[in-house]
Amino acid sequence: MGNRCAVIGVGQTKYQTRRRDVSIAGLVREAALRALEDAGLTFKDIDAVVIGKAPDLFEGVMMPEAYLADALGGAGKPVTRVHTAGSVGGSTALVGASLIQGGVHERVLVVAFEKQSESNATWALSTHLPFNASLVVGAGGYFAPHIREYMRRSGAPEHIGTLVAVKDRQNALKNPYAHLKIPGINRAMVESTPMLWEPIRYLETCPSSDGACAMVLAAENKVTGTPAWVHGTAMRSEPIFRAGRDTVNPQGGKDCVADVYRQAGVTDPRREIDVAEVYVPFSWYEPMWLENLGFAGEGEGWKLTESGATALDGDIPWNASGGVLSSNPIGASGLIRFAEAALQVRGQAGEHQVDGARRALGHAYGGGAQFFAMWIVGSDKP
Amino acid sequence: MPSDPLVAEHVLEFPGGYTRTTGPVIGRFLTELRDGRIVGVRTADDRVLVPPLEYDPATGEPVTDTYVQVGPAGTVLSWAWVETPRKGHPLDHPFAWGLIRLDGADTSLVHAVDAGDVKVMRAGLRVRPRWKPESERAGHITDISCFVPEVTTMVAHVRTEYRIQPGRSLARFLEGVRDGVFLAGRCTSCDKVYVPYRTTCPQCGSSIGEELELPDTGTVTTFAINNLPDPRAPEVPFVSAYILLDGADVPMIALMGDVPVRDVRQGMRVRAVWLPPEERTLSMGNIKWFAPTGEPDAEL
Repeated sequence: MGNRCAVIGVGQTKYQTRRRDVSIAGLVREAALRALEDAGLTFKDIDAVVIGKAPDLFEGVMMPEAYLADALGGAGKPVTRVHTAGSVGGSTALVGASLIQGGVHERVLVVAFEKQSESNATWALSTHLPFNASLVVGAGGYFAPHIREYMRRSGAPEHIGTLVAVKDRQNALKNPYAHLKIPGINRAMVESTPMLWEPIRYLETCPSSDGACAMVLAAENKVTGTPAWVHGTAMRSEPIFRAGRDTVNPQGGKDCVADVYRQAGVTDPRREIDVAEVYVPFSWYEPMWLENLGFAGEGEGWKLTESGATALDGDIPWNASGGVLSSNPIGASGLIRFAEAALQVRGQAGEHQVDGARRALGHAYGGGAQFFAMWIVGSDKP
Repeated sequence: MPSDPLVAEHVLEFPGGYTRTTGPVIGRFLTELRDGRIVGVRTADDRVLVPPLEYDPATGEPVTDTYVQVGPAGTVLSWAWVETPRKGHPLDHPFAWGLIRLDGADTSLVHAVDAGDVKVMRAGLRVRPRWKPESERAGHITDISCFVPEVTTMVAHVRTEYRIQPGRSLARFLEGVRDGVFLAGRCTSCDKVYVPYRTTCPQCGSSIGEELELPDTGTVTTFAINNLPDPRAPEVPFVSAYILLDGADVPMIALMGDVPVRDVRQGMRVRAVWLPPEERTLSMGNIKWFAPTGEPDAEL
């Protein structure tokens, strides 16, 4: 795993439908300055900058990293752009961490963003190529069949997705940065919303958000304040058209989490991890990932959700921040998971703090559930 | 019954218009306006009145002789939308009357805001004056034609044009589709059948040499019912299904048809519905959709 690495600063913008008051540069700088302030540093103290975001077609800015180098104090420093679709935020943190674990740099600023209001993600994800028959179904249309298959295999009752949709939005009410704040959110409210891509209802999907998230990562000799130590990092990918690929319980996810658990010495995640921030853009992905990440046996994930185990007061809270279901600046969504995991073990998650959280999982996935990025952070030095 | 009531139009207008003596305070304001500047006047207690008044309405005292340039930008405090402008209105298309606090002023003025759309109007909107051409300015409040919102967004027309040529494997597959068959490739090292036909295996990277024809029948493994309309997509509701063609090891995504969306099932047996041969091109559009065969459902 290399040298020790820790998170010493976290910065987020308030996620919302439109940030009309700032440019993309202004948006990322806002998050970066907050992370630097949290770490008690300035841009001068940073050795390298890693920028992550989802496809350029979302904002129509080609190679935004070149344009954003100035706003992130990158002049004269290594600036790297990462892109692994929806998992990019997580991958961005991991690339930044690897620069420290490998002994290349001592302080790295990682930043990820999306300004979804500049266009429309469904449009950008459904380009109509010649020779093909276009169904223009976007991410929801892509993932709905895999959710249906999960429901068939597991025999999960239909209301499980609703429970997650309610739980994550209740958590969002406690997070000052969360986008969707729906006071009084309940099952009836979710179930009254239309099916967009059956079996996915409107309130079972993530919003479209503008926002950025940043972290300052430091080598052991530069650690200040209350650090979140990195205990394990892993990335995996798999081809989307592999024969026999299990899209419900992807091998790439299983391999990735096995790797990160091995590094962190985790053998029983439900017992040994205190809180998890997991990429759940559609409510049903909570039970699906509970199984993929080994918190429950195959076909058993929904029972954990139903029992309330993943609620803020459950024994293994998932997405105490409100998760992707409550805030979704796509390129940043993975980094927010990683940052929220760090905030929890630093004891700085505010109203959605899980009491006594000492070890947390951050998770992101992207593409056709084919790219995975994960880390485990802890309050103890590994 | 009385006959038509007796009616006559009457206009009362002093020929040439009244003259108004401005006095020094209002005169200074209008003079500055003619020069393209907006000034306010300072009161004895150090507030800036815009437009200037001769006597401070708060105290009744004369204002000072200090003039302060304000604006030109300001903030809309409140507004009223005029959907149908009248003859005497400053604009001939829908606009807002805005109560505008110019930067540096302690009072507000009312002027027209040419916002284009009522959705643009909000308290807090930042606006700037649109001036009449200098030659037309006369020392009048209408030297400012109206206020317009500050620029906060611009439209970037990004467009790229491509000439797309299908690769050898896709071209081969489309030839098959034109002829009404699905061409597949078998990876001999994985013993897996890939459709559409491809020349390398995504799992092991080996080149795929063996080409085979698959039947146009298969099984729906799973599906979504799409209810979100898009001009480029089929009419909603439509079913996008994962269909595993008989003999294939990877599903393809295709449209379902000839069946109510609610009747589609996982495991349903289906067959491709082709365009008539004379209408076919080198495109997946040759397959209209997949329709149920009526066979018993397959075990998944």
